[in-house]
Amino acid sequence: MCLSIPSKIIEIDEDNNATVDTMGVKRQVSLDLMGDDVGVGDYILIHVGFAMNKIDEKDALDSLELYAEIVEKMEEEEKRQLIEDEKVNGEAREAPLGDDNCSNRGQS
Amino acid sequence: MLNLKLKDLYSAFRDPKTIRALAGEINKEALKLKEPLYIMEVCGGHTHTIMKYGLKQLLPRSIEFIHGPGCPVCIMPKERIDHAIALANVENAILLTLGDMIRVPGSKTSLAEERSHGCDIRALYSPVDAIKVAEENPDKKVIFFAIGFETTTPMTAALLQMVEKKKLTNLYFHINHVLVPPAIEAIMQDGQAKINAFIGPSHVSVISGAKIYLPLPEKYNTPVSVSGFEPVDVMQAILMIVKQKNENRAEVEIQYSRAVSLEGNTKAQKLIEHYMQPRGHFRWRGIGDIADSALELREQYSKYDAEKVFADILPTEPIDDHKLCICGTILKGLAKPNDCKVFGTACTPKTPLGSCMVSSEGACNAYYRFGEI
Amino acid sequence: MKTIQLSHGGGGEETNDLISDLFYKHFSNEILLKAEDAAILHINETIAFTTDSFTVSPIFFKGGDIGKLAIAGTVNDLAMMGAKPLYLSSSFIIEEGFSFKELERIVITMKNELAKSGAKIVCGDTKVVPKGSLDKIFINTAGIGALKTDGISAHNIQEGDAIIVSRDFGRHGATILAAREGIELDSDLESDCETLWPAVEALINSGIKVNALRDATRGGLAAVLNEWALSSNVCIEVEEEKLPVCDEVQGICEMLGFEAYDFANEGTFILSVSKDDVEKVLDVLKEFDFSSNATYIGSVTNEKPKKVILHSAWGSRRYLELPKGELLPRIC
Repeated sequence: MCLSIPSKIIEIDEDNNATVDTMGVKRQVSLDLMGDDVGVGDYILIHVGFAMNKIDEKDALDSLELYAEIVEKMEEEEKRQLIEDEKVNGEAREAPLGDDNCSNRGQS
Repeated sequence: MLNLKLKDLYSAFRDPKTIRALAGEINKEALKLKEPLYIMEVCGGHTHTIMKYGLKQLLPRSIEFIHGPGCPVCIMPKERIDHAIALANVENAILLTLGDMIRVPGSKTSLAEERSHGCDIRALYSPVDAIKVAEENPDKKVIFFAIGFETTTPMTAALLQMVEKKKLTNLYFHINHVLVPPAIEAIMQDGQAKINAFIGPSHVSVISGAKIYLPLPEKYNTPVSVSGFEPVDVMQAILMIVKQKNENRAEVEIQYSRAVSLEGNTKAQKLIEHYMQPRGHFRWRGIGDIADSALELREQYSKYDAEKVFADILPTEPIDDHKLCICGTILKGLAKPNDCKVFGTACTPKTPLGSCMVSSEGACNAYYRFGEI
Repeated sequence: MKTIQLSHGGGGEETNDLISDLFYKHFSNEILLKAEDAAILHINETIAFTTDSFTVSPIFFKGGDIGKLAIAGTVNDLAMMGAKPLYLSSSFIIEEGFSFKELERIVITMKNELAKSGAKIVCGDTKVVPKGSLDKIFINTAGIGALKTDGISAHNIQEGDAIIVSRDFGRHGATILAAREGIELDSDLESDCETLWPAVEALINSGIKVNALRDATRGGLAAVLNEWALSSNVCIEVEEEKLPVCDEVQGICEMLGFEAYDFANEGTFILSVSKDDVEKVLDVLKEFDFSSNATYIGSVTNEKPKKVILHSAWGSRRYLELPKGELLPRIC
């Protein structure tokens, strides 16, 4: 039961309904399951027409920071690997890529 | 001042580099595993993520997934679908339900088929829309066939609250809300299941709190990670599980802490408590009867309860799945979909014989569609 | 409010009035005005012939209406075979009580859409059915085009070909879904509905060899790629990262549990061309608004014949399957 995506509250009306934005698409959802601590600008999770909860922004940012660190570590290792010549990790089941076997895709 | 954009909540959690980096970490950490990991991802949403993003291919052989019973459509026993069909055929009735319930075959036909014979059956996007249907059709009996786990239950309760407020007398509820913990319990208690870790359903926990999984590590010594639904979330949850195993810990950890707390949404919990109570028995398709694993309306709301109001037309005989179907064994991790004799032959997504083939979240269905490249 | 009556389909005076005041007025051309039982056409080339019926609901949507679809749909089917659209028939089946003004609006849209390819409506028919027998209006159009090049076929895809999509996809399906009763989503999203012949003509004139061409209507990109893989007995490998989907379409997919590649399009086409011609094709397509962002999305191999494989940016792969059943929102 997991189709529920983050959306942003744009407006709240007197019937306790909110207009929310999801990637440029707006819709009405009910805030009947939410406490009073929810307001315009908050990010919420929506499931079948109801807001379920608020997303903790600080927590999300902490996750993103953690991921940035993990990625940085990987990139450093990859650079070292390149220097040391590539070793394939035999334990990992690598799915062979098609014609674009680009290990440094997206690296800036 | 925080600066989190809405787009970050999608793209950052689907970032290819992060997925690769986490895969690297998991592979390193998994080298230390003393025994293979059999992780049950209970929730159909997680199954979907694992399949859609091909996450299994990034993991070492020592980590296996066992797809759990966490899809409310898949676990609906045929006799309950027959209920929906009987209700749809009531004189002057409109049957409402959510999503792909429409497609699932009961013992003889499906709601989609009944709709083509002229029954008024509608798929809603939100339970709230039932109000509009009931108000626009005052001379019709509008019956809401309510399905879903803890995540969707409060929406049904909120709908009943609206019905009371608006004093509507033509909207009835057929409640099929089921509970995650008793189902996990049922799979684990006979001691046969291979499962030794869980990815915990998280939108269930958004409502019920992660506390509902606390008994699992205690009883079965299994790590639990309550995970979000993006591929990065699931990969991180797997890493957390592997680390727990290697550190000899068995705890409930919340990977999806941006949305899940230990306590959950207490307002929603109170609303459910107000209108519903545990149901003595509910037969889960693929698992069988599990005591106290579902909900029903409380006595004082009987006048809204379709099971009571229309009791005389609802079939009561349990209907089992095909003898050859091994969904129950698959759910315990003791077999894979392709071990089943009818898999892909008599049993396909178009003609599902068992629960795991029914909806796109079921293990057999996912195997059939995505296959192993 | 003037409405369409059963008598408008009765074959008498009211029918004649409707035909002359509305259809002849807007679709006017020599062949049509002859008002014979059949149009007489003189064509000295190999012809392509196609037909399609249009039953969209809502009939007016962002970016178009049923009339625009009825012309673009049939004209595009001809164009996708490399045929210049010449002559169309147009049959209206109208529910009694339908507003005359709305019918006229649809007819004017059709006229404007015809102008984009130069095709003419040369014969037609009108039926009016009792209220409740259908939802407002259905339109059928059949079309004849003159073949301007050979060898464009779903069976001609070669190993080593490149697959190109003309624009971001899923717009039409997402627009119609968002307008559906009970969903009511609000966005700036518009259908991609468009006559594609000008771009096809430019491709033919440029001399580039196009192996296969198809507009990704019902079943979307997923259906076209799967049909191609089957018809030509090849494997089509697509890089998910390169698939162009706009934010709003993605948002609607996320909300309801759909995939953009299953959504219908009405002005989005897919090409299979030799890898060496990719840049040339993109240069030609750049000149047209509706294909200015054409994108290379994948290639044709023999990895798994008859299958379409999606590659993720992190090295995993899965099959892209044909859409099945009616599009129902996932709830889990």
